[in-house]
Amino acid sequence: MSAIEVSGLKKKYGSLQAVDGISFSVKKGEVFSLLGPNGAGKTTTIEILEGLRDKDEGTASVLGLDPWKSGYDLHKQIGVIPQGFKFLDYPTPKEAVNYYATLFGTKVDADQMLKRVILDEAKNIWFQNLSGGQKQKLGMALSLVNDPQVVFLDEPTTGLDPQARRAVWEVIRKLKAEGRTVMLTTHYLEEAEVLADRVAIMNHGKIVAMGTTDEIESKYGSGQRMVVKAKDDLLRYLKENTKLEVDGDGSTVTVFLRDKNDAMVALGAIEESGAGWDDLTVRKDRLEDVFLRLVGETGDEEAGAR
Amino acid sequence: MAFSLGRMLAELKIYARGNVRSREGFFFTLVFPIILILLFGAIFSGGSSGPSTVYVQNLDGGQVSTAFVSALNSTTAVVLRPAPAGVNFSQYLSSHSSTDGIVIPQGFTTDFLSNHAVNVTVYGNPASTTSAVVFGITSEIVNSFNLHGSTGVIGVSQKTAVSSSYKYIDFLVPGLIGFAALTSPMFAITNLSSTYRRDKVFKLLSLTPLTKTEWLMSKIIWYIGTTTLSFILMSLVGIYVFGAHITLNWGIGVFLVLGPFFFVSLGMLVGTISNTPESAAVVGNLVTFPMMFLSGTFFPVQSMPMYLQAIAHVLPLYYVIDGLTQVMIYGNFGAAYFDMGLVLAISLVTFALAVKFFRWRED
Ligand SMILES: Nc1ncnc2c1ncn2[C@@H]1O[C@H](COP(=O)(O)OP(=O)(O)O)[C@@H](O)[C@H]1O
Ligand SMILES: [Mg+2]
Repeated sequence: MSAIEVSGLKKKYGSLQAVDGISFSVKKGEVFSLLGPNGAGKTTTIEILEGLRDKDEGTASVLGLDPWKSGYDLHKQIGVIPQGFKFLDYPTPKEAVNYYATLFGTKVDADQMLKRVILDEAKNIWFQNLSGGQKQKLGMALSLVNDPQVVFLDEPTTGLDPQARRAVWEVIRKLKAEGRTVMLTTHYLEEAEVLADRVAIMNHGKIVAMGTTDEIESKYGSGQRMVVKAKDDLLRYLKENTKLEVDGDGSTVTVFLRDKNDAMVALGAIEESGAGWDDLTVRKDRLEDVFLRLVGETGDEEAGAR
Repeated sequence: MAFSLGRMLAELKIYARGNVRSREGFFFTLVFPIILILLFGAIFSGGSSGPSTVYVQNLDGGQVSTAFVSALNSTTAVVLRPAPAGVNFSQYLSSHSSTDGIVIPQGFTTDFLSNHAVNVTVYGNPASTTSAVVFGITSEIVNSFNLHGSTGVIGVSQKTAVSSSYKYIDFLVPGLIGFAALTSPMFAITNLSSTYRRDKVFKLLSLTPLTKTEWLMSKIIWYIGTTTLSFILMSLVGIYVFGAHITLNWGIGVFLVLGPFFFVSLGMLVGTISNTPESAAVVGNLVTFPMMFLSGTFFPVQSMPMYLQAIAHVLPLYYVIDGLTQVMIYGNFGAAYFDMGLVLAISLVTFALAVKFFRWRED
């Protein structure tokens, strides 16, 4: 049985179709990532699955339950960190964990729990004085108090510095190692690439690509590409004198290679052009290339950032 | 989704802790009530820091009693005013809005000189420091007279003077308790309901087994606690600084529970029916400010113009303060029962509406 099952899901805010008929399923123990620019509809989707929002159309089930109708039962079995996790200003992480444990009626060793999310060094600091990364890790600790089978993380590392980001990743890897199902949204490519078993790229409420990173790269990528450092004069020359599919941004020129012959033609043409060039590489399309092609660079300037 | 005492107490504990740790919480619970009563008490009680006025009825007029009065007069702590011999002293005191007086009996001089035991009577309010001072001074002077003459001749007997004309401070104490019961939960809860929504804390809580009723109950209990604390602090200041007359009885407890019960529910209702934090603040102020000034908080409603009195009678806080005034000053439970019933009824309705409209999550 899948942990999460979504089919034909739709959600509108007024006239804005935030989620536009998406379908996917997440297997138990899998780390699944919704990757997309801001406004793609990731939070709306994940909140519907958490039972925080009602859907308009389609079906959604988590652990076999309808999240909206059976929220009270479902919440005992899932862990959630909302986007931009905030808590009360004054409890310390240790107090917060104990508070959650009482609410869920479970016995939890707060020190142990905070060690698990690498927060034991800050366990007695008021929430308002924690760093962004520490707050996020407390969110993780709280979401784990009820020993959930499925954990939902909405942009868990947005706004964190690289070091804090890596610490959060480490905790997410632990969750996977413990056999939990993790659904993660992010607009950082690298995060999805590094953590997720499967990725769904989302844009304007639709899933535009889905699968493992390799699957997406081979299915949606154009295969090999030749990238060379050169000005636009080379780009113009190639466009006028060859049938190659080319693109350029003023400092690099990319040639999309459909076959081996394209590579030979390209090399010859570059040599003939007489334009200055440097640093020639040939490589396969990466997730980043697919993402930029499917989502467009205008979507979010941060999307491709590393 | 049964009510769980454990969850409610956990929520109460974390909220209480936050209030104790935050400066605003400390200020509004402990400092603000004292500032309020000192401020209004000082402004309207007309400077109570000078020597207190004590009425003396000298029924004797002989040389020893004259010496006794001038000995009293030589202390700077009290200002003596003579009271005419023919009047009922107790009534005389209350008609002069005073509770402090001394009566020297007829035959005082003769008795003293012939070594017959004789008593001066000190009238006072047991709850007032002024009365304690007057009693102390009188006793001292009696002692010095007894030392000079034959020992143990003069005694001091005490009588309680109950003033039937009430002072401004007597109305101020229940008024300000009502004020505290209104403002501290209303402002805190409307603010809380908007910040919790903004920061998605309500969403977070909706993901736990905590219920809305448990959450709301914990806030009610906390504000019953702070209102009770305000009551204790303000009563102490009222009594010891301004000589307020307060009768302690269970009726006060009823209003200390009902007041916060109502205003926490009302604050939550206001916070939930408004869509944005800004509109919550506006609606909150629209509801709170008329009540703050027109319900008898700072002035007795009876002293206001008729049209304002008419407005006061539709404000729930009026019934809290009126009830408190009835039980604290007049001991008039008949009138207070009506207030209790009314406040209880609107509290239950408001609480039910708040729970109904208060949503953790959106659709
Ligand atoms: N409560 C809401 N009311 C109206 N519009 C909303 C609401 N929440 C999100 N939206 C809009 O829906 C779209 C999808 O938002 P969201 O699901 O938050 O996307 P993401 O999480 O991918 O950034 C955005 O255009 C956003 O502005
Ligand atoms: Mg989002």
